Amino acid sequence: MSEILSAPYVLEYTYTRSTGPVVGRFLEGLRYEVLEGVRTADGRVLCPPVEYDEQGEATTGEFVQLRPSGTVKTWSWVEEPRKSHPLDRPFAWALIQIDGADNSMLHVVDAGEAKRMRTGMRVRLRWAEHKSGTIRDIACFEPMSPFMPGPVHLEYEVNPGQHYSAYLRGLQRGQIIGGKDPESGKVYVPPRAADPVTGRPTSEYVEVADRGVLTTFTIIRIPFEGQKLKPPYCFGAIVLDGADMPIYHLISGVPHDEIRMGMRVKAKWKPKEQWQTSLENILYFEPTGEPDVPFEEYEEHL
Amino acid sequence: MREVAIVSFSQLPSSKVIHADEPELVQPVTAAAMEQIGLTQDDIGFTCSGSTDYLPGRPFSFVAAVDGLKAWPPIRESHVEMDGAFALYEAWVRLLHGDIDTALVFSFGRCSLGPVPEVLNVQNDPYYVQPLGLDAISAAALQARAMIDARKATERDFAEVAVRNRQNAVRNPNAHVKGPLDVEAILAEPYISSPLRKSLCSPLSDSAAAVVLAAGDTARKLVERPAWIRGIDHRTEPHALGQRDLTASASAKLAAEKAGVRKGKVDVAELHAPFAHQEIILREAMGLGEGTEINPSGGALAANSLMTTGLIRFGEAASRVLSGSADRAVAHATSGACLQHNLVAVLEGE
Repeated sequence: MSEILSAPYVLEYTYTRSTGPVVGRFLEGLRYEVLEGVRTADGRVLCPPVEYDEQGEATTGEFVQLRPSGTVKTWSWVEEPRKSHPLDRPFAWALIQIDGADNSMLHVVDAGEAKRMRTGMRVRLRWAEHKSGTIRDIACFEPMSPFMPGPVHLEYEVNPGQHYSAYLRGLQRGQIIGGKDPESGKVYVPPRAADPVTGRPTSEYVEVADRGVLTTFTIIRIPFEGQKLKPPYCFGAIVLDGADMPIYHLISGVPHDEIRMGMRVKAKWKPKEQWQTSLENILYFEPTGEPDVPFEEYEEHL
Repeated sequence: MREVAIVSFSQLPSSKVIHADEPELVQPVTAAAMEQIGLTQDDIGFTCSGSTDYLPGRPFSFVAAVDGLKAWPPIRESHVEMDGAFALYEAWVRLLHGDIDTALVFSFGRCSLGPVPEVLNVQNDPYYVQPLGLDAISAAALQARAMIDARKATERDFAEVAVRNRQNAVRNPNAHVKGPLDVEAILAEPYISSPLRKSLCSPLSDSAAAVVLAAGDTARKLVERPAWIRGIDHRTEPHALGQRDLTASASAKLAAEKAGVRKGKVDVAELHAPFAHQEIILREAMGLGEGTEINPSGGALAANSLMTTGLIRFGEAASRVLSGSADRAVAHATSGACLQHNLVAVLEGE
């Protein structure tokens, strides 16, 4: 037997197709960005329209204009488009029930990634820039979001009041300022307009230490909207030496599994030239290395 | 009604490429089908073939295929642009006329020559679907997703169908791809068109097949145990995918009912399911339960020379009856996107 010969070969038919009054009207409408369905004898609407329904009944010839949106009934994600496919990037094939129609239209959804696709999702039609009087005048469908933008933007000039101003000014100087109640002798950080026990202002300002005891803590492992740090990170309550109320800050410089209640910690300050009227002047609290504080000594601050 | 039986079956082993043109595929397989029951073309009353010119990309390839037959003096001949199983249906109808007693049915599929998933887009609606370039795998994937959404099956169910067919194919010398494959390996394959992965789709094969039908006493003279066609029915659904329930097959259900599938125990069923999920749809539609052996050949998932796969299902089912290893078999063939056409036959031994 001699070797089999082989050669490339292209099969092409340059056919044209007559469209008729139903398909033709639909395709002509697409040129003008008009989407229509046809009404069946039993009152349903078919889009794309056909001359006869699946019962063999002639459709009525009454056209119904439809909104260019619909619902995905089933879909298939194509990660690597074939040469014959209408989009050259990953996309979904879908059967789409146009709003107001009773059947579904085959088309594609330009969703970017498979995880945006689901059955029942809402899609809107995107028209092709250049029209040719074919179904390709619909470029594709795209996901519709069930959300609309709803931003609120109001401009204020705020002030933190007298006590908090004193506290923030202190931070700007590298000091942590508390307010002392003259009667009970309790020191609150920051200073308060009223001692919660006596109802009187904490009239005397005192400086407290930038170190103290970690009374309790939590390790954040989940992401959330507006989060500034990448999880996991530790947030703790610290009763500074000389204070009777904890402040809250990040705990760092120590493996998470070594963080414990009663641990002595101290502030890690930013470089002085970066200090502002903000608690952010302290980057975080870190262990001092001193022995832990017995539970009874900080129990009342929990 | 006149009794008609399948009395002979022959196929070429399916493989990725068979270096043969149409007559070279047709000649050996038709000759073998006739020879094994001692017939020649001169004994055949009617010859009918099923194929599509779009596979070889060669207009009138079905006419060229006749060069593989002894067609002089002139023979009665016909062709359907469908799977050979539908040619068998035409030959069955022809035999009912009563003037001839034998028919030769053949088909050939050459998937190795062109871009088959794209070629199959030519069968889609030329106004609303063809211009979008819907390939056959993506069309089937829309159906598979609809099944998952309807909670009729899971991706794991699909994989289990593929594993069983591939395992069955180990015993079939004519299969193209065969075991071993496990569910986890399939579920780790990347999607082609989600949720379909490579092993959930049939391979593309080259092959040819031939069947001889005979009526009444002629059949009894030719073989000891003819595979009698007790019922056969072909039903079709609307063309548009958006106008039917893709998760069920109303046409397979009706065809099975008309063919009498439920009138007795079904020992074996050969189902033409080019995609794993379609076997699940067909079993449900035709009411095939646990007591029925499904696709002992490995089915379309083990070998798929388009236009021949359905006829091979008929041949495989008939072989079980002819050999006496089954008393009652169901043969099925499909055509069109997402099981649009379904042809169901019940074959019985005496």
